[in-house]
Amino acid sequence: MAQPQDISTTVLGADEIILNMGPQHPATHGVLRVKLKLDGEKVIGSECIIGYLHRGVEKIGENRSYPQFAPYVDRTDYVAAVSNGLGYCEAVERLLGVEAPPRARWVRTILTELQRIASHLLWLGTHALDIGAITPVFYTFREREEILKIFEKYCGARLTTHAFRIGGLQYETYDGFEEDVKKFCRDFEEKVDEYGELLTENRIWVERTRNVGILTAQDAIDLGVTGPVLRGSGVRWDIRKAFPYAAYAQFEFDIPIGERGDTYDRYLVRMEEMRQARRIILQAVDSIPEGPILARVGKVIKPPPGEVYHSIEAPKGELGYYIVSDGTIQPYRLRIRPPSFINLEAFDKMVRGHLVADVVAIIGTLDIVLGEVDR
Amino acid sequence: MMFAQGSFYVLAAVAVVSALLVITRRNPVHSAIYLIVTLLSVALLYLQLQAEFIAAVQIILYIGGIMVLFLFVIMLVKLDVALRQPPFNQQWWVAGAAALVLAVELVGVIYLGRGTAALPQAPPGSLQPNTELIGRTLYQNYMLPFEIASLLLLVAMVGAVLMARRKAS
Amino acid sequence: MTLLLETLKPYLLPLIRVLVVFLGISLIVAYLVYAERKILAHLQVRLGPMRVGPHGLLQPIADGLKLLLKEDIMPAGADKGVFLLAPVISVIAAFTAFSLIPFAPNFYITDVNVGLLFLIGISSLGILGIILGGWASNSHYPLLGALRSTAQLVSYEVALGFALVSALLLAGTLSMVAIVEAQQRQGVWFVFLQPVAFFILFVAAIAETNRNPFDLPEAESELVAGFHTEYSGFRFSLYFLAEYAAMILVSSIAVTLFLGGWLRPFARVRALDFLDFTPVAVLVLAAAWCFRECFRYPATREWRWQRLLLLGLGVGALGISAGLLLPARFLPGGGEGLPAFPALTAIQGVFWFMSKVFLFLFGFIWFRGTFPRYRFDQLMSLGWHFMIPVAIANVIFCSLAIVLSRQMGWGLPATLWLGTAATLLVAALLRREKA
Repeated sequence: MAQPQDISTTVLGADEIILNMGPQHPATHGVLRVKLKLDGEKVIGSECIIGYLHRGVEKIGENRSYPQFAPYVDRTDYVAAVSNGLGYCEAVERLLGVEAPPRARWVRTILTELQRIASHLLWLGTHALDIGAITPVFYTFREREEILKIFEKYCGARLTTHAFRIGGLQYETYDGFEEDVKKFCRDFEEKVDEYGELLTENRIWVERTRNVGILTAQDAIDLGVTGPVLRGSGVRWDIRKAFPYAAYAQFEFDIPIGERGDTYDRYLVRMEEMRQARRIILQAVDSIPEGPILARVGKVIKPPPGEVYHSIEAPKGELGYYIVSDGTIQPYRLRIRPPSFINLEAFDKMVRGHLVADVVAIIGTLDIVLGEVDR
Repeated sequence: MMFAQGSFYVLAAVAVVSALLVITRRNPVHSAIYLIVTLLSVALLYLQLQAEFIAAVQIILYIGGIMVLFLFVIMLVKLDVALRQPPFNQQWWVAGAAALVLAVELVGVIYLGRGTAALPQAPPGSLQPNTELIGRTLYQNYMLPFEIASLLLLVAMVGAVLMARRKAS
Repeated sequence: MTLLLETLKPYLLPLIRVLVVFLGISLIVAYLVYAERKILAHLQVRLGPMRVGPHGLLQPIADGLKLLLKEDIMPAGADKGVFLLAPVISVIAAFTAFSLIPFAPNFYITDVNVGLLFLIGISSLGILGIILGGWASNSHYPLLGALRSTAQLVSYEVALGFALVSALLLAGTLSMVAIVEAQQRQGVWFVFLQPVAFFILFVAAIAETNRNPFDLPEAESELVAGFHTEYSGFRFSLYFLAEYAAMILVSSIAVTLFLGGWLRPFARVRALDFLDFTPVAVLVLAAAWCFRECFRYPATREWRWQRLLLLGLGVGALGISAGLLLPARFLPGGGEGLPAFPALTAIQGVFWFMSKVFLFLFGFIWFRGTFPRYRFDQLMSLGWHFMIPVAIANVIFCSLAIVLSRQMGWGLPATLWLGTAATLLVAALLRREKA
């Protein structure tokens, strides 16, 4: 005799699906793996599984001399290598107690802001691609290419640039550097508006991003997220203003913030950041001082015992380097505070209650790079 | 004529066999597929009877609408549980006996009444614009019953939505 | 032998037509994919396929070969029978429907007096292929794709149906040929009388064919490839074929119902009869392009076959256009009772029909390059809260308009435009409510 069964738990018990996204999935931006618990298409829980790109960068740092480690940091956030290099070089400089000469700081600012634009362009293209707009990515890559060409002309590399040295710059700017940068800035202004025309007023785009992945200001602060994600939630916090480094104290720029903390606000914030970056570059390129490009740091870099935490505003948020020196040529301990990793903490809070389609929008809006999350 | 008869028997056989398969398959998706086959062959039978409108509506509504929704629901079902359950319950022989009695009765009635109640031949050609005829019949002669039927369906639909709604939301 | 021929004779012409349509649609699908890649590429500051043949013209053949030679993978745990059956259903449904499309007054396979209903029925069979394929793959992404596809189809089929009803009100028949003839008789394409219905049909057609911005069932950034994630090789290409054939099909339906089918623009204006020569002009332009490209290619050995191909294409196009211009009096028998240019007259219908279909298809591709993708709930809300109410309002107002114009003797177009204005008012109100 068959037992009478509660039908809702047996045959029709179509309650939950566990969906595995990644590590090979078109929209997880690399090798992020997300396990989603779904009710139909609604997300009722999520778990990020990371580490597929873990290379032990921090441990490598303890076994390399200070200059030897510099190229490694390019490979954490590999779409913003210049910013990584800046953070590391300045951290070691602070440990050494030296400051890069003004000309070096100016050039560093220009290249870092160019890198910010390049990183945001990559974000914009892929984010739009995730939401289904397949065209913007080609436009943004066209402009990113111009930036990479400037990098290539400057230091010979496009992606993992290793552009800076501890104490300043290794290379003097090439002839025509200023013109190239100015030309890029001149063309870029209308290009940003062009992306805006495709997306900002687009009904589908607005519907897909408005009220998706809302992060309140308090939540954002509690979770420790930084960068455009934090500013999108309406917190006016930017390390370039709070603790100016490089030459940022010399330039005028605004910090855009959002109101609702949703995906659309973060989109607007990043778009405005590209315009502000252009403004900084234009100011900087007109006022590059003459002078040496490398401070006197000695041939062997051997910082005195001590520790330092130095952070910069990388395109994705606060990128910090914590270095403990024991007085040898190698760091005793080195730790990177990667913005992507910490911003990813907000993921679960943002996706709950949304649909599968929003998951990819939220991964996109967090703008993570797995090289940096996993290190 | 022979072609018409032959195709009738083929279609009828397909319809009956796949109808049997509908109730004997364990996997509900397979059942649904056989049900689609049954419906399709019945639609073709309609077509053979020059009832194009009914045939088209059969395909649109039953296959394009209802079967698609059936499949929609079946896909959400945990099939491994469904496969383990017995497809028939204890009363299957009662139903079988009833069906057998009904079949005997039908055959008997047709056989006994073959002389008195001859099936009339369809007048050729008179049903031609049958879509228009159906339209006129439904919307002019039987307007009120038609509207009442649609109201009934609407009530049923609203009721179904209300029952399916979750209490929390 | 002659007896056999005699018995087969009535079936011969339809059989040839079926073959022509089948092969023609397959060829068009292949080159539609090429066109899509090219158009998208040019929208996206790229070149698209350029390697196989001049300007990548042989790319579709290479693609087809590649798909045929690929390994046919079936996932473990898939429902074997259903997995094999599903893509076949999609293809058969998509191609069967073409038997009811009137490409020209002298070229269609069959005309049924409930043709349009059959078209809707058959095209809704195609969805079964998607659902079953998604389910049989025994994998979550295809399942979600299939679920989305079902819900999407059911919602947009209603709006599509109402849009078709609006056109039927004007035509007064379900036969596809008679619908075009009604437009010929009334001297106006129905799109000018029923713009709202045309718009709804267009949007619903995009949704039905799972094209951007309604391509949720295969949203590649969300569901990897949706319902056909687990399909590869030949079976994948069947789905591909079905999808593009369905695009051509819905465009054909829209063209037949709203854009006057095979009719030439301004078919009644004698002064514009020179438009009949457009096919020749198109061919000559194509030939000119071929010759120009041929001379632009470097005159080296490795480019030789490409240049030869271009040259051949150009000569072929010129030859065909010359054939089209063959006057009737050179034909055997002096061409008694034939139009001045018989060949040209014969292809008029197909030419204009296909031109309008291509216009539609270009729209599909253009949308794909422009719009982001809707989310599932937004798609449903757009369908149920906007499209369906507007479509119903349109049917109501337009039937009112037709009745009014019959009773009061008002001009039909003006009354219908009044009805359209009322529908637009409803649409505006719906939008306001939503905002």
